[in-house]
Amino acid sequence: MSVKDIISKICPSATFEEGEILLANVPAGDWRRLAEALKSNPDLNYDVLSAVVGMDWKDSLGVVYYFTCTSRNWEMLTVKVAVADRENPYIHTVSDLWKVANFQEREVYDFFGIKFIGHPDMRRFFLRNDWKGFPLRKDYDADPKLNPIPESDEKNEDNTMSYVEDAEGLIKAIPSKVFEEHDYVMNIGPQHPSTHGVMRFRVALNGEEVKKIDVVSGYIHRGIEKLCEGLGYPQLLHFTDRMDYMSAHQNRHCLCACIEKALGLQVPDRAVVIRTIMDELMRISSHLLAFGCTAMDLGATTAFFYGFREREMVLNIFEKTCGARMSMNYNVIGGVIADLHPDFVKDVKEFLEVMPKALKEYHTVFSGNIIAKNRLHVGKMTKEEAINYAITGPSGRGSGWSNDCRKKHPYAAYDRVEFEEVLEEGCDSYARYMVRMREIEQSCKIIAQLIDNIPEGDIRAQVPKVVKLPAGHWYTQVEASRGTFGVYIESDGSKNPYRVHFQSPCFNLVGVMDLTCKGHMIADVITIGAALDFVIPDIDR
Amino acid sequence: MAVKIKSMKTEDFKDNEYIDQLVEELNATGANVAVGKLDQLINWGISNSLWPLCFGTSCCAIEFMCLGAARYDMARFGFEVARNSPRQADYIMVQGTIVHKMAPALVRLYEQLAEPKYVIACGGCAVSGGPFKNSYCVVDGVDKIIPVDVFIPGCPPRPEAMFYGLMQLQRKIKVQKFFGGVNRHEKIKDFFRKHPEDAGEY
Repeated sequence: MSVKDIISKICPSATFEEGEILLANVPAGDWRRLAEALKSNPDLNYDVLSAVVGMDWKDSLGVVYYFTCTSRNWEMLTVKVAVADRENPYIHTVSDLWKVANFQEREVYDFFGIKFIGHPDMRRFFLRNDWKGFPLRKDYDADPKLNPIPESDEKNEDNTMSYVEDAEGLIKAIPSKVFEEHDYVMNIGPQHPSTHGVMRFRVALNGEEVKKIDVVSGYIHRGIEKLCEGLGYPQLLHFTDRMDYMSAHQNRHCLCACIEKALGLQVPDRAVVIRTIMDELMRISSHLLAFGCTAMDLGATTAFFYGFREREMVLNIFEKTCGARMSMNYNVIGGVIADLHPDFVKDVKEFLEVMPKALKEYHTVFSGNIIAKNRLHVGKMTKEEAINYAITGPSGRGSGWSNDCRKKHPYAAYDRVEFEEVLEEGCDSYARYMVRMREIEQSCKIIAQLIDNIPEGDIRAQVPKVVKLPAGHWYTQVEASRGTFGVYIESDGSKNPYRVHFQSPCFNLVGVMDLTCKGHMIADVITIGAALDFVIPDIDR
Repeated sequence: MAVKIKSMKTEDFKDNEYIDQLVEELNATGANVAVGKLDQLINWGISNSLWPLCFGTSCCAIEFMCLGAARYDMARFGFEVARNSPRQADYIMVQGTIVHKMAPALVRLYEQLAEPKYVIACGGCAVSGGPFKNSYCVVDGVDKIIPVDVFIPGCPPRPEAMFYGLMQLQRKIKVQKFFGGVNRHEKIKDFFRKHPEDAGEY
């Protein structure tokens, strides 16, 4: 029986749209029943919730879910759930089935005001509690007088709300508390040197032991998704460089690939190979920074200097070709913006010779160090938990979950190179750290295979001056430095997108802080955060 | 030619009219010789040991980390002691976008800095909101909420640009009146006027 048949059996009123990914339109009333089946039915078995996209279709509000089934060759499924009531929109939660949905649904509530029935903690995620309106709704009033720059700090919000449906279908709001009454709550951030940016944690402590972590995000929420709706497609591209600035090339690659898919553009082979090399260089640069920062957060300042020494070599290569050290703005729709610098091949080869020696040095000074080892063996996360929380990238692979997008659905030039997907079975911070270090070797291997075989030819395809996408929706994933990065575009046929959603890997990473830190000492929170290696602007967008 | 610093030649810098005007204003009231010399000594000390407060919200913070690493080595100028507490820092370098939720925290950190204190707006976002200017929750320029001494444009600015900005701040400090002027006194009065609950015995 096909997936379609099983879904129609559970939910007869569902309608389907064929496409690259099968889409099922499900009425809100049947959604919960179907969600349970998607998770537990062995013939469906969608174990990863890849993306949750809030939507405003003007006549209705809704959510688009993207599911992945790891056991059936990473087959994906889209489910659309819509509600017509704009005043009090309610949809059943799936946060108890897929834990990753916990923060995702809070984000949807924050942007669209959709309340999730059964969600334990329905608070805003990015914006202040006193924010008026839901910014991503199409009828949002952006008058700065409504939401002026606040002069006072936000009040600590200990009260939260959950919504429960009783037997007759009536929805009741039940107030509850974030922390227990006698909890000792300590505040970390938003301005803290070791949270890698402006992240804030409220930590309930039992002595020195962490009892619960409440993540307060949004201190760098820039509203990129709303800004995208007012710009043309070529104008969107620069936002991706500024979200996860350590995965600038990969993120932009993803957005370009999504637009190219929608346009049906064929990217010239030269551009494909250049993009792949740049992606891998970016990954090396990111992992070197992660190495330096992890070491520095543990108090080993020297390792930071070592990591940055090699990183400067990569930045030099970027600067020669792209013209900038960071925020390179290199990928464009249909290819890349400029041809390689004449020194590119020579510089990369020099770098490839230096890197293995440097890695050996890092392992001598830091990885093999007994203090580093003992302090990094914290933050347990099993493979099942990694899948349930959709922790992709090096952090998920540190728990032994094979989830590399480059292997699962190869894009760009990854199908013509040989490399190993790095997996570690340690399930702790040290394993995550080691995955990063070993991935640097693999990235070097990929670059070495491509650098002598860059095909000649055009660097970008012919693209119309005004890029207009046909009506429809597309979802593309690439492997960024920190995990699977996804872009969702919905178009109504005009020159501006109707909705753009960025599914960032770091958003999921911060979701496991509570899980991984529970029971550890307060000092380990910093270590665990450093090894998860999240970038805050990527979470907040 | 109002600022005379041996190691930093005036002709190497731009925007000198601004600093000339500043010196003229400061000297308008006149200062006696002894106080003037004391001023110079103190300014020499402050300008060569400027301690920044770590305040990186996005990309610019990574470039600032490059400043601290071996290649650019900001220790040459005395900037290397990056502090995590505003009580120990001399200036706050805003590296990245400031959004509505963060704005009160930034203002508080600024107020917690001990006098004399300075602010550098680093990068397009801090200068004017940058590419996110039109967003519903971005502060379009930190000068809307706190006074700024030096603006460094760029997205993100190169480490060299950051050094140039920091040296401009050094030049500005070299001409300030720590004892001679009345600005400081006025500033403190102004602060307590705004915050009567902290005034106490003052």
